[in-house]
Amino acid sequence: MIQAEAKNANVWYGDFHALKNVNMSFEPSSVTALIGPSGCGKSTFLRLFNRMNDLISNFKLEGSITVDGQNIYAKDAKIDEIRKTIGMVFQKPNPFPKSIYENVAYGLRVNGINDRRTLDEVVERSLKQAALWEEVKDNLKKSAMAISGGQQQRLCIARALAVEPKLILMDEPASALDPISTAKIEELIFELKKSFTIIIVTHNLQQAGRISDYTGFFYLGDLIEHDHTQKMFLNPAQERTQNYITGRFG
Amino acid sequence: MKKFKKLVEYFVEAVLFSSSTITSLTVILIVIFLFREGIGMFNSSPLEQNFVIVVSQKNPVQELNATQIKAIFNQDIVNWSAVGGAKDSIILFTTNDITNYYSEEELGSSLENLPAKLNDFILENPGAIMYISSKSLPPNFAGHKLAVKKIGVADFVFGEQWYPTSEPIPSYGIWPMIIGTLMVTLGALLFAIPLGIATAIFMAEVASMRIRNLLKPIIELLAGIPSVVFGFFGLIIIVPLVQKTFGLVVGETVLAGSIVLGIMALPTIITITEDALRTTPQALKEASLALGATRWQTLVRVVVPYAKSGISTAIILGIGRAIGETMAVLMVTGNSSNIPHSFLVPARTIPATIAAELGEAPYGGLHFKALFALGIVLFIFTIIVNSSVEFIKNRSRRA
Ligand SMILES: Nc1ncnc2c1ncn2[C@@H]1O[C@H](COP(=O)(O)OP(=O)(O)OP(=O)(O)O)[C@@H](O)[C@H]1O
Ligand SMILES: [Mg+2]
Repeated sequence: MIQAEAKNANVWYGDFHALKNVNMSFEPSSVTALIGPSGCGKSTFLRLFNRMNDLISNFKLEGSITVDGQNIYAKDAKIDEIRKTIGMVFQKPNPFPKSIYENVAYGLRVNGINDRRTLDEVVERSLKQAALWEEVKDNLKKSAMAISGGQQQRLCIARALAVEPKLILMDEPASALDPISTAKIEELIFELKKSFTIIIVTHNLQQAGRISDYTGFFYLGDLIEHDHTQKMFLNPAQERTQNYITGRFG
Repeated sequence: MKKFKKLVEYFVEAVLFSSSTITSLTVILIVIFLFREGIGMFNSSPLEQNFVIVVSQKNPVQELNATQIKAIFNQDIVNWSAVGGAKDSIILFTTNDITNYYSEEELGSSLENLPAKLNDFILENPGAIMYISSKSLPPNFAGHKLAVKKIGVADFVFGEQWYPTSEPIPSYGIWPMIIGTLMVTLGALLFAIPLGIATAIFMAEVASMRIRNLLKPIIELLAGIPSVVFGFFGLIIIVPLVQKTFGLVVGETVLAGSIVLGIMALPTIITITEDALRTTPQALKEASLALGATRWQTLVRVVVPYAKSGISTAIILGIGRAIGETMAVLMVTGNSSNIPHSFLVPARTIPATIAAELGEAPYGGLHFKALFALGIVLFIFTIIVNSSVEFIKNRSRRA
């Protein structure tokens, strides 16, 4: 079974060919790490899955992206509906300048769900899933701007979990955090894997090794190699992968 | 070389320092000047210089206020008992009435007998009240001067009549102008705020780069058009339009003033609101969209709340622009001195009154001072507006 898939994906920014014929699929309840040197197209690829690149005016895609068997770039696809089933966590924590509660409730509210009991339940469940509940349960009205960066990032994860996505996209979610917060996020990803499919971009190879089941290595817009993480790190098929992983370039 | 650099630095510093000092001093001087002239009106007699009101020596009344004097000379009060005197009917006498009582021969060719005749008149008419030049009084005049109460601040602010040149006593009530100013400003904001914010949202969030690049200079141009041109436009286009639409006798109304002022306040509101909307971080917009919010939901729930304080500043600066505006309003509101009870009647505003009357008010006279007092009121309005901007800015910085 396949949760999400890219087929012959080619991306251009104007004349610049940013992704070259990428084919990649993702199993349910797995973590896939995307690695590669800066500018190789990891974020571009990740953002194909919730159509975030659509915000860029000179963006162009050829090929197909399917999530849950549905082509999300089909002409009749409803972008907002698609995004509701896909969570995203960004590099820098970006909570809304609202209360902790309202941050988590946001995805439900824009869905027209305003029933207090439902919201309370979802907020509690999501914060627990994001391992933040114990730290904030007495301060749900507190501004999200007034908690630490690590807590903010877990809040952003809770916010994404609240709409019960099938797929969660993470773009270097721990790169702006201290080691302890990073460890917490990694632990969390390990937990979340049981119920969600996760694609995570990371520059930290050890992190990729620790948390992912699969790893994809990108280089200059090409997907060079995609395999089980252990295989990629111990015995990659491609020399370029080997060189990157052993730190000979990148 | 190094020494030269130091010297240049020192020189630049001195220039910067003196510029800011000069600016601050100028502001302070203007404020002092405004207050000195304006407050003067509350310290002077409401009578014109060199004129007095006199009554018979036997008359027990010593002091009257402006309203009483006006009522007496309008013959609304005809008996001294109404103002605390004896039961005696009031006989009015002003310099213009002299020839009704005395022939030209009696007065003499150069009015040399006038003082004596005035003396006779007051002796013969114990109920007389005379408004005359103090120069024409004889040295041992058989009457006494009436003290006239000074104009109080409350009379000035809440007085409903503005007759700055009426005789024997002028009226300086500015309540109609305060109401007029507030109504014209309010009306202007009622349409400039929604229109301005909508335009700003369109420019910041909806319009393509090309449309925005087209709109931006147009709006900046709007800000640069001289106020007289707006007034002229209002007079030729808006006033007849208002008159026809509402079937009015005159089109010069509060509404016409509001429309013209609203147009003038638009560039301020649009520019500042747009800048504020643009400060919303892309990351927040993306977070909202990634959660499945539509563009409009993102706008309403994230972008506008984020820009809230900037938008409030835009509105208040828009008010500031509207409240002090002179020429355009002067041309289209009709300058009636009545309290406007609707948007479809003429009114006058504080700045328009100052602009219209300062030229004909004798320098240093009471009317002149009254116009400066009007300036103080306007100044206070502006201070309130500006400090609310500061208040909002500080509050949002703390949040
Ligand atoms: N909006 C854009 N317009 C034009 N080119 C872009 C745009 N966004 C990205 N690119 C280019 O596309 C390529 C891939 O960018 P992308 O952000 O996907 O790289 P990345 O692998 O995520 O890099 P990093 O590790 O630094 O985040 C880069 O060469 C970048 O310059
Ligand atoms: Mg990236």
